Amino acid sequence: MSDTVKDLNGRTPATAATGKDGAAADGGSPGGEGRNGKRSGSTRVLRPATLKQPRLPRWAPAALVAGSLGVGVLTGVLGGLESRLQWGLIAALVFVAATFAVTTIVEGRRQATDRLAASLVWTSFVVAILPLASLLWETIARGIPGVSWYFLTHSMNGVLSWQEGGGIYHALLGTVQQVLLASVIAIPIGLLTAVYLVEYGRGRLAKTITFFVDVMTGIPSIVAGLFVLSMWIMMLGFGYSGFAGALALSILMMPIVVRSTEEMLKLVPGELREASLALGVPKWRTILKVVLPTAIGGITTGVMLALARIAGETAPIILLVFGSNMINSNPFEGAQSSLPLFVYEQWAFGTESAYDRAWAAALVLIAFIMILNLVARGIARWKAPKTGR
Amino acid sequence: MPAIQTDSSPPGGGLEPEPRRTSAVRPGDRIFSGLSKGAGITLLVIMAAIAVFLSIRAAVAIEANDGNFLTTFEWDANASPPYFGIAVLLFGTVVSSVIAMVLAVPVAVGIALFISHYAPRRVAGILGYVVDLLAAVPSIIYGLWGALFLVPQMTGLYSWLDQFLGWTGVFAYDNTPARSLMTVGILLAIMILPIITSVTREIFKQTPKAHEEAALALGATRWEVIRMTVLPFGRSGVISASMLGLGRALGETMAVATVLSPAFLINISLLESGGGTFAQNIASQFKEAGSMGRDALIASGLVLFLLTLLVNGAARLIIARRKEFTS
Repeated sequence: MSDTVKDLNGRTPATAATGKDGAAADGGSPGGEGRNGKRSGSTRVLRPATLKQPRLPRWAPAALVAGSLGVGVLTGVLGGLESRLQWGLIAALVFVAATFAVTTIVEGRRQATDRLAASLVWTSFVVAILPLASLLWETIARGIPGVSWYFLTHSMNGVLSWQEGGGIYHALLGTVQQVLLASVIAIPIGLLTAVYLVEYGRGRLAKTITFFVDVMTGIPSIVAGLFVLSMWIMMLGFGYSGFAGALALSILMMPIVVRSTEEMLKLVPGELREASLALGVPKWRTILKVVLPTAIGGITTGVMLALARIAGETAPIILLVFGSNMINSNPFEGAQSSLPLFVYEQWAFGTESAYDRAWAAALVLIAFIMILNLVARGIARWKAPKTGR
Repeated sequence: MPAIQTDSSPPGGGLEPEPRRTSAVRPGDRIFSGLSKGAGITLLVIMAAIAVFLSIRAAVAIEANDGNFLTTFEWDANASPPYFGIAVLLFGTVVSSVIAMVLAVPVAVGIALFISHYAPRRVAGILGYVVDLLAAVPSIIYGLWGALFLVPQMTGLYSWLDQFLGWTGVFAYDNTPARSLMTVGILLAIMILPIITSVTREIFKQTPKAHEEAALALGATRWEVIRMTVLPFGRSGVISASMLGLGRALGETMAVATVLSPAFLINISLLESGGGTFAQNIASQFKEAGSMGRDALIASGLVLFLLTLLVNGAARLIIARRKEFTS
């Protein structure tokens, strides 16, 4: 893509100049704006010998980046600005402005606008990457000292907030149990719904379901938590438990499973279905034996991404599982804990050792989710659906 | 059941090569299609149940409320005539989400363009992957990072803003820790970047190649190509992506609960602490709430639910209409 652009841009003035006279030169300023036509007209008179428009050297962007970073740091140091954010902002502004100015002088207005857009795009990319990199870096750097075998295999029972030690075993156990329970509820419903939408659903009902699945992906997790609270705990009178949390998590998980499964089922070529049906195989067996196995890789990926998504949910857990410092291996009775909830609780204590535990648990949580993600992507790559291409 | 069968089999018969004259439906087929239809209906029932159950509890709370649910500036739901209102929460939720959207959308469009049109192909592939991974980072970790790393970083920037724009009142700053709606908005912006980026990128990728090549053939620069073909094509996609992001930001709980230092007042200055959002208020008040307090929180949750329903529904409608239009 980028190569074609460069080629064309480089060639445009040359082809324009190989033409006989003014008409061709006008073709070289395709913006069609009178201003450009005039400009190229005047430059033609001034520099008849050169065929190429003047271009900035290839090292110019790099030089501009370095220069503007220098300016940013310099103003930061001289002006006594304490936050690196300000340094960065100044550098970014200087970079964008300088690029525009320099290009306007050397290459002309249109190229300058082009470079302005490019520099804005690059800047926005950097602006977005920095906080995310910082987030990962902070979590890893502050989390690693706290993670140990002891940390992974002990609970917080009897550990006071300001004391060192303690661990996340109870939280890990809770997270795993709640996520598994949620997926036991959500996966069958999600899969069947997707099958309905792709294989059976026609007409208004299918459209309604599709719309509400989409809307359901946007339900705030805390609202799902409140719903289960009002139904399961307040109306039906059950207590706080891991299962109540799992119910809320399953509500959050269902639409994700439906969405990804639906996409995957749509990729299964119709010929496969037709071949199976033509052999006299009933439709339900066709779906179970032909359609689903063909798409199983993608479906697994979607399910694991959904798992990764709900494993990090905190809000419904606060409302429904309540949190506990002790190991409770029965998700159907009594308060449990979970990793995200553990991070939140430790953060709320606000002591140094609690912060350390919070970072360490956050690192474990991120690692857990990233592993789920990577495994999911791996499966996706390994078992990519065999489409008709 | 028979009505359902007549509903679904004729179009199915039209699409599949199944001969129509074997009209006797196999029991296996009937069970399976019934099951899958049932699952779909379950989803609808859950959505309806959410609305119904929240409304029931909310009605109890609003009935007992001594203040005005919409305009009261206090949250005293555990008092014996409960006295609470959502004015502050509504303000905080909307303001922080709008800040997040205003900050995130241009950057997200920039990244999406970077991935689809500027980055070298291999880098673009990796970047798309990274963006998807980042969408998976749990909100509590953003919250932890925001509270312990971002907040101290913001102080300098805010006193700067105060120095130059403090006269507006909106950017006045008193050098307290920056646990304000603005910081929340910035954090939310970082959090909703991945979703806006990935939706926008998909839309930009669908720009007809012929349009772009036509623009290039006319000698357009890369920016002109984008302005003339990619942006007009992707406009509705960008709008719906930002609304999806807005929906996320509205309902975000943990990042707000950790960063914001809440207070039931509307502070004109966005840089100073105070205010609150629906989700944050529910998460932080829940443990102290009695039964009436919970009902009141559920009432505020219902408002949040309706708000996100509205935003997400609108976004999806725009996407759906666009799909019909293009395909």
